[in-house]
Amino acid sequence: MRKRARETADQGQAGAARRSLLLSPAALGELLAALLRRGYTVIAPTVRDGAICYEPVNGVEELPAGYTMELEAGSCRLKRRGDEALFGYVVGAKSLKNYLHPPERRVFAAERDNGLFRILPEQTERPRFAFLGVRPCDLAAAAIQDRVFLKDRYQDGEYRARREAAFVVAVHCTEPAATCFCASMGTGPRAKDGFDIALTEIVEPGRHLFVAEAGTAAGAELLAELNASEAPEELCRAAEEALERAASSMKRRLDGDGLRELLYERFEDPHWDDVARRCLCCANCTMVCPTCFCVTVEDTSDVTGRRAERWQRWDSCFTQNFSYIHGGSVRLSPKSRYRQWLTHKLAAWVDQFGTPGCVGCGRCISWCPVGIDITQEVAALREAARTRA
Amino acid sequence: MSSDNGRKPRIAVFKFASCDGCQLSLLDAEDELLAVAGAVEIAYFPEASRRMLKGPYDIGLVEGSITTHHDAQRIQQIRRQCRTLVTIGACATAGGIQALRNWRDTGEFVRYVYARPDYIQTLNHSTPIAEHVPVDFELRGCPINKYQLIELLSATLAGRKPNIPTYSVCIECKRRGTVCVAVAQGAMCLGPVTQAGCGAICPAYGRGCYGCYGPMENPNSKRLAAHFLETGKEREQVVRAFRTYNAWAWQFREATEEREG
Repeated sequence: MRKRARETADQGQAGAARRSLLLSPAALGELLAALLRRGYTVIAPTVRDGAICYEPVNGVEELPAGYTMELEAGSCRLKRRGDEALFGYVVGAKSLKNYLHPPERRVFAAERDNGLFRILPEQTERPRFAFLGVRPCDLAAAAIQDRVFLKDRYQDGEYRARREAAFVVAVHCTEPAATCFCASMGTGPRAKDGFDIALTEIVEPGRHLFVAEAGTAAGAELLAELNASEAPEELCRAAEEALERAASSMKRRLDGDGLRELLYERFEDPHWDDVARRCLCCANCTMVCPTCFCVTVEDTSDVTGRRAERWQRWDSCFTQNFSYIHGGSVRLSPKSRYRQWLTHKLAAWVDQFGTPGCVGCGRCISWCPVGIDITQEVAALREAARTRA
Repeated sequence: MSSDNGRKPRIAVFKFASCDGCQLSLLDAEDELLAVAGAVEIAYFPEASRRMLKGPYDIGLVEGSITTHHDAQRIQQIRRQCRTLVTIGACATAGGIQALRNWRDTGEFVRYVYARPDYIQTLNHSTPIAEHVPVDFELRGCPINKYQLIELLSATLAGRKPNIPTYSVCIECKRRGTVCVAVAQGAMCLGPVTQAGCGAICPAYGRGCYGCYGPMENPNSKRLAAHFLETGKEREQVVRAFRTYNAWAWQFREATEEREG
């Protein structure tokens, strides 16, 4: 979808043919400053309310140096690391989705005008985001949202404008969290494309460096402005090894082999009742999922009846109204809602958009208040398929 | 809503056992109050005006729970006078904090509190309005959210469905971008079983949700209570969390009555 990405995609496979530069933490600060100078709102990880969140920042000193987040099912704890790593954690609750597909926005406002209906002009100035510290899973998720919002007959203009204006600095993952399973989804720990610049952070006793590569001409141009030298071969190898270690150390995995067929077959499996007893239908999993895209549209009128507004808000298949059609809701039971979510995400999504809707970021696992684990539920359904005819 | 004879719809506000906080939300709607006063006739609102016009009314807003024989009869009369009856707040929709008496001997409280217990005539239970008369809409909260009240009035006047969600507080919390206090701090948060509407205020200030808006649609309160216990909360804490303003709502009762044992 991004022209710039396509122009430079033929420069070669990530790492190998791309020129790798060596950046110091100070040079990373220059990079952030250069983005701010270009007028971007820089969204980067920062410590807020006991977690690491993607928020607007104004300098490299706001990055969470020396912090990590220990993620488990239903739990996230901010911890100190023994070093000053800037990207020593994986993902927070927010993702690019919060900025490219905002949680709520007014679509239009209208007023009565002499018996007619007049649509008021909307402010069209949109923020230009530069995302710093984007993980490979989140890039994969953005590519999935591109597919959903931009590659069919009806396109989301708001998303398109925000997405096309965005600048992306990715960070390959060298230390997966306990909830990560991107390796089994084929989306990480290395970012393949979709970035302007990609970094690998090397934190070892005695050295703290970044290996940087450009993914687009815009990325290369920005890197050229920085005080950076060619990365030595030894450092590139160390970065490669760190990525390989990350892939092999990932504890969770989601076995996607034949999963689409299996989920359709297990539509009536008793295991769905088991999940339904644990599921709260609170919708947190869908809110934090970087690919879940559903919205509802609400029309309101004011008390005088002269002014009306139309709002778009994130919605979730876990709510009752989501499946409301004439006469009532189709999915009344929590069981039917969890099944809908999982089956859409991992099976129907493939039919609809060509890939599964899961990138293995693990957010739905860590931010579920009762710790329901998508990888375990899939494993349980597989086991059920094996033991129950 | 168009009224008979083309006049402005008439609104009445009634109070039962309550703290008045919910009806004050209407007066608190400063920016919209004049517009409301222009769109409707406030026919009966003793808290705001000495002018008290007789019914019938187009919209009746009822605050408070039923705690006396007299009130149990009064609500019947009010229902007959109101075309649309809307209950506002946790007292009216769930019995309120005063429903804590429902688990105890009310007679004993009366003997402790009043010098002349024989002057006091009260029911053993505090109950929501809907247990006594049919209710057209329940607006939740302790207190209600003034923007929801304005939305409900605007929708009723326009004859459209109000945008009052029945899903969880978590959805509002995530839209707001708040870090989950349950997951990141282990806070005892009722957000996953509580109806949205407040704007997820408490988690935004680092506190777990107190459940002021009562049970959401399909709440799995039992599972959340079990989860609290599994993650090291004391049984008494869990019972207390569910027994506040909406204690008597059956979906919250369900979570605590087994726990109390």
